[in-house]
Amino acid sequence: MSEIILKHITKEYENGFLAVKDVNLEIKDNEFVILVGPSGCGKSTTLRMIAGLEDISEGDLLIDGERMNDVAPQHRDIAMVFQNYALYPHMSVYQNIAYSLKIKKVPKSEIDKRVREVAQSLGLEGLLDRRPGQLSGGQKQRVAMGRAIIRHPKAFLMDEPLSNLDAKLRGQMRVEIADLYQRLNTTFIYVTHDQTEAMTLGTKIVVMKDGEIQQIDSPANLFNYPANRFVAGFIGTPTMNFFDASCEETGGQVVLQTDTGTIRMNDKKAAALKEGGWIGKKVAAGIRPEHVISAKDGASKVFEGEVGVFELLGSNAIVYLQTASGRMVMNTTDLREYTHGERVALGVMEDKVHIFDPETERTVTN
Amino acid sequence: MTVSGGKRRYQKRYDRLPTVLLFVLPAFIPLLVFWIYPIGRSIFLSFTDWDFISPTYKIIGLKNYLSLFKNPRFFEALWHTLVFTAGTLIPTIVLGLILALLLVRSFKGSGVLKFILFSPWITPTVAISIVWTWIFKADGGIANTILTALGASPLKWISSSDTAMLSVIIVTIWKSLGYAMIFYLSALEKVPGELYEAGALDGASRWRQFFDITLPSISPTTFFLMIITMVNSLQAYDQIQILTQGGPSGSTRTLLYMYYQLGFQEFNMGQATAVAVIMILLTVALSVLQFKASEKWVHY
Repeated sequence: MSEIILKHITKEYENGFLAVKDVNLEIKDNEFVILVGPSGCGKSTTLRMIAGLEDISEGDLLIDGERMNDVAPQHRDIAMVFQNYALYPHMSVYQNIAYSLKIKKVPKSEIDKRVREVAQSLGLEGLLDRRPGQLSGGQKQRVAMGRAIIRHPKAFLMDEPLSNLDAKLRGQMRVEIADLYQRLNTTFIYVTHDQTEAMTLGTKIVVMKDGEIQQIDSPANLFNYPANRFVAGFIGTPTMNFFDASCEETGGQVVLQTDTGTIRMNDKKAAALKEGGWIGKKVAAGIRPEHVISAKDGASKVFEGEVGVFELLGSNAIVYLQTASGRMVMNTTDLREYTHGERVALGVMEDKVHIFDPETERTVTN
Repeated sequence: MTVSGGKRRYQKRYDRLPTVLLFVLPAFIPLLVFWIYPIGRSIFLSFTDWDFISPTYKIIGLKNYLSLFKNPRFFEALWHTLVFTAGTLIPTIVLGLILALLLVRSFKGSGVLKFILFSPWITPTVAISIVWTWIFKADGGIANTILTALGASPLKWISSSDTAMLSVIIVTIWKSLGYAMIFYLSALEKVPGELYEAGALDGASRWRQFFDITLPSISPTTFFLMIITMVNSLQAYDQIQILTQGGPSGSTRTLLYMYYQLGFQEFNMGQATAVAVIMILLTVALSVLQFKASEKWVHY
């Protein structure tokens, strides 16, 4: 049981660099919270402040209602998995996992029982006598998790735990972490720059940029209703296509006018655009590659593109096109071969268009 | 065709011999001339009654060794050697580590401080020892001035057999402290900070982290320093020669100093080389002991 609350948390380094700016975040018991963002966005710093490895410059950190700002890491009852695993190189796997219990002076028989339980649940039984230096990356990762699990902490913090693994192993370990979360029923706080990890693992995702929170939401909402252009571009692969358009009203129909076509707005979007006073103004619009379609499929032509690169991925294909509105990426399940230089008329799924304020980059309507 | 193939390989190996020798000889010849041959020669001399001057000598078998083992002076010197070695080794390592721990975080002037602490190591021992004879002067020496200022009674230092060994040990520690510190500094810097963070989260106090993380992580350096300091202590001569000449009344006579006295003052080179051979055996024995023990506590 644990609830972690960050109130106006700010981290300012001695040289004046503001790594984290006024972060407010409520983490409920048993949530899997992901801090995601590009490198340097302050996600790791935030995690380290929760762990007690960094001082908090301003604001309050509450764990189960208790202010923890000045409590040493060892007294916060929190476990952490580090990016480089941070296993004690001179201790065996057994000793690594047992270390925290040994410090707590847990009886030897109890330690042994718990170490073996944890080792079994992580598939480490055969490796207990090995040193970290003799383990593969994935095994080290498991030991690091074992060391965290054995303590039954209030919360697990994970700082880019999979970034040192190769792609295949990363996918595998991702599933194992998800499985672990299901079994342990504890709060997880997980830092990553990888949006796939964020989307697949998290129950709540916190998107950060330049030390500030951009959006806190569920994976689905983050994808479907990004709060601003940054989030829209950060979540989703390939990234969202952005283009300039002007918002116009002709005969009661609100449309977005591009250089080569028009996109009709549904009632919800039209209402939002009218309310914001965007009629007659330039807006920034975005459409995800999977919502770009061939105009032949009944959609009206919005862009005309010339095929650059065509990537066949098996069940789908990514087509990179050059249009008058800039580069466009189409993610299509129509697996016909596109050829370089071919001209294609493109439409969009009109309901899926996102519209942003070109100045503030905030979402006008999704 | 395996036979001829094997033969060709055999020939080929010998074809390459001149090239191999070309590379090996420049290193090997000095080794042979200045190290291996003299050792062999010394061992041989330890079985003779050579007096260092006469062109002739007799082979007298183990007599030199037997008379050494009957000589209380030899056992006294052996004891002094062990006291001196342990007395310099342990404080050098412990104090060197403490200094490194204090200086590992850089602060204003820490670079200068490190250099000052290291400088005795690069200063000739003879020069250092001369300065220390002034410091240890019974009347008006700095050591006694400080002792008196602290309210303690002054000591006779190098002029008393009670304190002479202590004095030589102090000088030797002072000289090698900076050296140990430099090695520990670089070892400490290489311990990943994440280990301490993991330790803190596992609930280890700073003290516990020092014993469970720092000490094992720097154990290869500790081991290296133990061997080097031990060998240096066994070979200590300059400071003893300048400060005490093995006295007063033999209280600072180590095996090496005894070797010098036997060979070059008493012209009993046969027995002197016997002492030297015993020193080699002692060095080897202590090294083997340390290497054996290191398997238990050194983590690479």
